[in-house]
Amino acid sequence: MRHLLTTKELTREEAELILDLSGQMADAVTGREVPKLPALRGRTVVNLFYEDSTRTRTSFETAAKRLSADVVNFAAKTSSINKGESLRDTALTLQAMGADAVVIRHPAAGAPQRLTEWLDGAVLNAGDGTHAHPTQALLDAYTMKRRLGGIEGRTVAIVGDILHSRVARSNIWLLSKLGANVRLVGPPTLLPKGIDDWPVEIGYDLDASLKGADAVMMLRVQRERQNAAFFPTANEYARLYGLDERRLALLPDHAIVMHPGPMNRGMEIAATVADSPRATITEQVTNGVWVRMAVLYLLLTNGEAR
Amino acid sequence: MTDRLIKGADLVGKGRRDVLIRDGRVAEIGSLTAAGAEVVDADGLVLLPGLVDLHTHLREPGREDAETVRSGTRAAAKGGYTAVCAMANSYPVADTAGVVEQVAALGKAAGYADVQPIGAVSIGLEGKQLAEIGAMAGSAANVRVFSDDGHCVSDPVLMRRALEYVKTFGGLIAQHAEEPRLTEGAQMNEGPVSAELGLPGWPSVAEEAIIARDVLLAEYTGARVHFCHVSTARSVDIIREAKARGAQVTAEVCPHHLLLTDEAARTYDPVYKVNPPLRRDADVAVLRAALAEGVIDAVATDHAPHAPQDKDCEWAAARPGMLGLETALSIAVLALGGPDDVDWDLLAERTSRTPARIAGLEAHGRDPQPGAEANFTLVDPAASWTVVPEGLASLSRNTPYAGRKLPVTVQATFLRGRATVLNGTIAEEIQ
Repeated sequence: MRHLLTTKELTREEAELILDLSGQMADAVTGREVPKLPALRGRTVVNLFYEDSTRTRTSFETAAKRLSADVVNFAAKTSSINKGESLRDTALTLQAMGADAVVIRHPAAGAPQRLTEWLDGAVLNAGDGTHAHPTQALLDAYTMKRRLGGIEGRTVAIVGDILHSRVARSNIWLLSKLGANVRLVGPPTLLPKGIDDWPVEIGYDLDASLKGADAVMMLRVQRERQNAAFFPTANEYARLYGLDERRLALLPDHAIVMHPGPMNRGMEIAATVADSPRATITEQVTNGVWVRMAVLYLLLTNGEAR
Repeated sequence: MTDRLIKGADLVGKGRRDVLIRDGRVAEIGSLTAAGAEVVDADGLVLLPGLVDLHTHLREPGREDAETVRSGTRAAAKGGYTAVCAMANSYPVADTAGVVEQVAALGKAAGYADVQPIGAVSIGLEGKQLAEIGAMAGSAANVRVFSDDGHCVSDPVLMRRALEYVKTFGGLIAQHAEEPRLTEGAQMNEGPVSAELGLPGWPSVAEEAIIARDVLLAEYTGARVHFCHVSTARSVDIIREAKARGAQVTAEVCPHHLLLTDEAARTYDPVYKVNPPLRRDADVAVLRAALAEGVIDAVATDHAPHAPQDKDCEWAAARPGMLGLETALSIAVLALGGPDDVDWDLLAERTSRTPARIAGLEAHGRDPQPGAEANFTLVDPAASWTVVPEGLASLSRNTPYAGRKLPVTVQATFLRGRATVLNGTIAEEIQ
């Protein structure tokens, strides 16, 4: 594994290795007075964020620091999309500075893949447009594994704006690869065209899709989408596709409620559901650090130092 | 100018003859010897009427870093073309008599191919107010084809008026069929690949809806309409039905839509970004069949040079378009079932005669006959070549065929008897 760009390109073995290693990272660090491992001492990890995402950037930064790497935050306010420095020139700059790994968040799908053509270091996709967000999917899988005892054979409903969701795309490939049954639920306007061959069931009725689900993953829906006629109003969306207490009761008792954040309380998820003990939202954030430690470790050591 | 004797060429696949060129025209055809004539050994070569491109972006004025009229027509000559129609989306836009005359004059000065400017339909290609179409038609550039290419004339009223207005001088509107509301932010063909890549989709219906509407408008107004770069199977159906009803409709297809598919976008390399986008295998098959059948009238390159910085970037930031002039003939040969047993007559029909007729270029697209202008290209049907971007005559490098081996080579191109290409090499000066 030289880069992590999508979950689609991961083999099942690689995905399982990352999840196992994430658990080891958690065990190795949790409860220590100084929660740090020396594994990446002397290595430089650059966080190259073209979108504001305090939570993801902080998670990567924490992960890298816990592995003793040097972290450089390169907050790129502008990209070639809005006439700033070109991605290629930025890549050549980072290359000249000797970045061992670049963690990139970018509004344009495929930007991380382009970066691999201009950089020698490892490229880690922290979210590109509506394409992929592999570490989010890995931390979701890790959370499910911990809470449900496994992923094989479990049923996961992914609900909402699939069309604009890199989180959904990455979860679909990863979870189906790990043996889960994936259901996509949302209005047809928010489902991509041309997904008949995807390894998923597609539904438009949330109540029906919740039956027998082991996990339900609610996606953030931007209210502004109503202006482009994806749905009539935020209220109607919440009525048809929001997870409220009535719908929570339709789930089996052991089922968990996930959300990648940031949440729109009252839109896709009711506040009481978000705060219920069945919600794993803050746990997902914690697990994100272990997963990102595992990925950084694997990419920067090729797993050799283990 | 010395007489030139082309010896032993297979004339459009119909048999070997010698062709004597004198004063830029065909003097004689037969089994000839001519004392004092410069002999071009065309043994094993096929002579075609010089290719005519209905759709070329020469980028001058405005983006001379990407292409100039001179570099673009050198590329055209290298590709076997003797005439190109220059699209109007320059800076400034070719929406006045002044700009079209400038472009025509630059073409004349360069001398590598006849440059026929296309005028804008609307001022600034903005789709609001008609450009001075009459002034462009009456200018020295003698514009007959008008297009807002790059943009669709999406306003149905403006399209109706444009179709009606050009009837006075037998003009033609070339429509870039793209319903803009259906393609806001679109980056590639909408389908399984866009769904996976997370790139906003360009639905085929955005092209088909405009083609259907404009067929109806053309029939209603009794005007002619030409569809640029037709890219979908369903568009072909609509055009076929329109022609069957007798509508005055013509259509072109680009080489890349005859060969490449949206699978290429998986690389996220914007060299494959083009508008309309690369479609699916099924579309390619239907477009090839429609070209052979004649539902699609012509191959047009949509040659779209871009400077490196406009392609060495993220997909969404890149400009759409790809080079086409130097590879179009080879791909047309492939698309029409070649390279073995190519129907040269059919190839000449789709790449030369019909586009010349659509553009109103009477001296082009003619098989050799005594008295006709000597606008020809000599093709080696047995040769092949590998595309090397740095080796192309265009100033730009954005070819999607880098490293690809293509059939047939252009050995020579003659514009009014002058060699623009000889022995496979572009002439440094036209003589």
